[in-house]
Amino acid sequence: MTEFKAWLLAENPDSRAQATLGRSYLAWLRFYRNPLAMIGLVIVVALILMALFAPYIAPYGMTSGLTGNELALQRFQPPSAAHWFGTDGQANDVFSRIVIGSRITLLIVAIVIFTAPILGFVIGTVSGYFGGWVDGVLMRLTDIFLAFPKLVLALALAAAMGRGLESAIFAIAVTSWPAYARLARAETLTIRNTDYLAAAKLQGASHWRLITGHIMPLCLSSLIVRVTLDMAGIILTAAGLGFLGLGAQPPIPEWGAMIAEGRDYILSYWWLATFPGLAIFTVALGFNLLGDGLRDVLDPKSGA
Amino acid sequence: MTDHQEQAVIAVKDLAIYFGRGEHQVKAVDQVSFAIPPRQSFGLVGESGSGKSTILRALAGLDHVDQGQLLLDGEPLQIKRTKAFYKKVQMVFQDPYASLHPRHTVDKILAEPLAIHGFKDIEQRIIKVMDQVALPHKFRFRYPHQLSGGQRQRVAIARALILEPEILLLDEPTSALDVSIQAEVLNLLNRLRAELSLTYVLVSHDLAVVSYMCERVAVMQQGKLVELLQVDQDGKTYPKQAYTKQLNLASQGYDRARIEQFIDHD
Amino acid sequence: MVNQATKAPLLAVNNLNIRFPSVHGAVHAVRDVSFTMGREKVAIVGESGSGKSQTGRAILGLSPGQVSADSLIFDGIDLQRLSSKAYREIRGKRISMVMQDPKYSLNPVMSIGKQMIEACQIQMKVSKKQALARCMQMLEAVRIRQPQRVFKAYPHEVSGGMGQRIMIAMMLLSSPDLLIADEPTSALDVTVQLQILAIMDDLVQDTGMGLILISHDLPLVASFCDRILVMYAGRIVEELDASKLDQAQHPYTRGLLSCLPSHATKGQPLATLERQDSWLDEALENRGLRV
Ligand SMILES: Nc1ncnc2c1ncn2[C@@H]1O[C@H](COP(=O)(O)OP(=O)(O)OP(=O)(O)O)[C@@H](O)[C@H]1O
Ligand SMILES: Nc1ncnc2c1ncn2[C@@H]1O[C@H](COP(=O)(O)OP(=O)(O)OP(=O)(O)O)[C@@H](O)[C@H]1O
Ligand SMILES: [Mg+2]
Ligand SMILES: [Mg+2]
Repeated sequence: MTEFKAWLLAENPDSRAQATLGRSYLAWLRFYRNPLAMIGLVIVVALILMALFAPYIAPYGMTSGLTGNELALQRFQPPSAAHWFGTDGQANDVFSRIVIGSRITLLIVAIVIFTAPILGFVIGTVSGYFGGWVDGVLMRLTDIFLAFPKLVLALALAAAMGRGLESAIFAIAVTSWPAYARLARAETLTIRNTDYLAAAKLQGASHWRLITGHIMPLCLSSLIVRVTLDMAGIILTAAGLGFLGLGAQPPIPEWGAMIAEGRDYILSYWWLATFPGLAIFTVALGFNLLGDGLRDVLDPKSGA
Repeated sequence: MTDHQEQAVIAVKDLAIYFGRGEHQVKAVDQVSFAIPPRQSFGLVGESGSGKSTILRALAGLDHVDQGQLLLDGEPLQIKRTKAFYKKVQMVFQDPYASLHPRHTVDKILAEPLAIHGFKDIEQRIIKVMDQVALPHKFRFRYPHQLSGGQRQRVAIARALILEPEILLLDEPTSALDVSIQAEVLNLLNRLRAELSLTYVLVSHDLAVVSYMCERVAVMQQGKLVELLQVDQDGKTYPKQAYTKQLNLASQGYDRARIEQFIDHD
Repeated sequence: MVNQATKAPLLAVNNLNIRFPSVHGAVHAVRDVSFTMGREKVAIVGESGSGKSQTGRAILGLSPGQVSADSLIFDGIDLQRLSSKAYREIRGKRISMVMQDPKYSLNPVMSIGKQMIEACQIQMKVSKKQALARCMQMLEAVRIRQPQRVFKAYPHEVSGGMGQRIMIAMMLLSSPDLLIADEPTSALDVTVQLQILAIMDDLVQDTGMGLILISHDLPLVASFCDRILVMYAGRIVEELDASKLDQAQHPYTRGLLSCLPSHATKGQPLATLERQDSWLDEALENRGLRV
């Protein structure tokens, strides 16, 4: 193990892979020494594991399937050994629903991560790199999207496309890319006049190579940090849409929708809204802590 | 004269480059002409902001040209430079801290031009060029921030050399380096020029460096070429223009009385 | 303004050490550096990486490393005891530093004028109009042609030497008591270089400013400064009167002098420096610090 460490930290690595690994290891060390960031990482990893193994973790199904007398007996049970987080009006186990609902939260996060930031990133770097009319057109477009209040546009879209998880995700993605485009463009502007970019041009590098090989790697770290920090907001927006009845529809156990269902009983059956609320809070906090930690690690000014 | 022009690898004819519009327009380069025969080392000195870097950047295709012509081997250069051009002409920038990509290892920096130009023997070429610039192999997988200023400038020179160009444009290659490392880099440049029959265009504000390195020197001021000087065997020049004489005087060190007599040559 | 009643030095540095902890073990960048200076021109020379810039930054309280010193006293103020707020009051107003790498120190997406006015307002608490006038005045003082145009330009639109002069102008806005200039003129042509040094010289003569000039131009420093400190591998290996540079004792200083192209014959390779580990120990012996 110590040998491996020495190999990783070698001042004169022998291969490309060793240099890259060594650099990553140093970044990991810095991250590892930051306790809050580690808490964030643990929460996010726990969320992923929970979503992956949801059917094995959840003691009951998504719905109880009970009717009649059974339903009347089992519904609105307070937290107990049998139902850790109690049961709701349909006698569904709240704990199981939260566990299964983590898949939906993760799905939203994953889809948003693979759409909005990537779109914004490409638009921003291209716009900043070429400048001139390309920049003008792309940035006006960005401005238009930026001018809409996020939630209102999401509401309009969700209303237009019909209620449902898909339209909620689409609405979130469409409203969040402009911020990333702005960020990527601002970073690109600070890079586009540097000598190392001029040097790469003088090697005959194409625009495509310059953008993907030279500009993007430098903008990537601030983008990752920003996306991680935004994740909390995205989860909250999704929950908000669910809460307003525009996102996932019952009986899908989306956390926001669960709070909405529990809202009517908040005084008599406190656990219905409280536990999904705590789940949202914990995951949002986790992403925020992770983002802060990543900022310290990935910030180009922090050396390494 | 025409004969001389035909031999020149680089010729600049009535070059003019302007920036901005209206009252704030700058004539960064104003009607400059010179020609450089093969294997010569040509110096550019002059006032700060007089357009030296701009001329180099225009030659490299990084800045626009408003008037005049740039000729390479007698052929006018097109606005869009070809890959063949970049194989022939390379540039080393002034600041070794700013001219290397912070997230690329030395290996990647050197491999990239080879990949762009479709070379196969990448391994051998990297090893060879690192030997040429006397950069120990152990630095190959380091990042720029792990190198000293002199080592970085050697990486930059290696990057310029790896495509085996015939012409190197050098923009103050040693002004960010201390004298001991400057000596190493200048020796290296002289050795490479002899070994590889290179042609240099060297921008510097250090007259001692230019007269040590170059056979001919152009003196610039406010975008204009003031004087073309021949450097003799002993590294001496015999300027005629008042501005050049003042420059020579100034390079002799700080002397209050002398500075008071400096005039702005407008 | 000038502290003539007390003969106390303007700056006294005693056993300054700077370390950079890292996974490869700590880098000891500055080792037991001590010097005192009055309102005079002191040069620090030495090769790249010898700790010149870090020494300057430590005086400003801006070193990223671990700084320790027996004492760091500026004009009777113990710099090590200052709160960060009090330090900010001193920094920029009473002690200024012209950083190496002007283009790194300027914000690439903000016009030069905007940055200068901002700096001016922070340092001097004046109105925008007064700040503008002062900035223009300083740009002219550092011999920038067309200051109006440069004022509106972005950092990539000015030449290397102009960038350096802009940084100098910014640091002189508030007439500091101590100016630390880190290779302020390395990208300037010789004429302008001397003119800029003359401005600093005037400030030393007239307002009693102290100047620390970090440079690797030995002949220039010898003709301009009063004293020269030579640093090697984090230590001060030699302290000389500027006029006696040619009598330097240390092999490192002598080696530096022999590297100069002005001392070389055309066609012959330049002498290069063969560094020796023993220089480190000699430095300790000379100062009687060897245990
Ligand atoms: N992109 C640009 N936009 C506007 N003006 C520019 C631009 N590039 C250069 N200039 C102007 O052109 C003039 C010449 O600049 P250049 O960089 O060629 O000077 P230089 O001779 O290299 O000076 P130095 O020795 O200080 O580096 C300067 O006045 C500068 O402000
Ligand atoms: N942030 C940092 N982390 C680790 N080491 C550092 C850091 N900054 C500087 N150093 C090290 O401290 C030493 C002194 O650096 P310093 O910048 O003072 O050198 P210098 O004398 O100013 O050199 P130059 O003439 O190249 O500017 C160097 O060996 C450098 O590698
Ligand atoms: Mg220049
Ligand atoms: Mg320094």
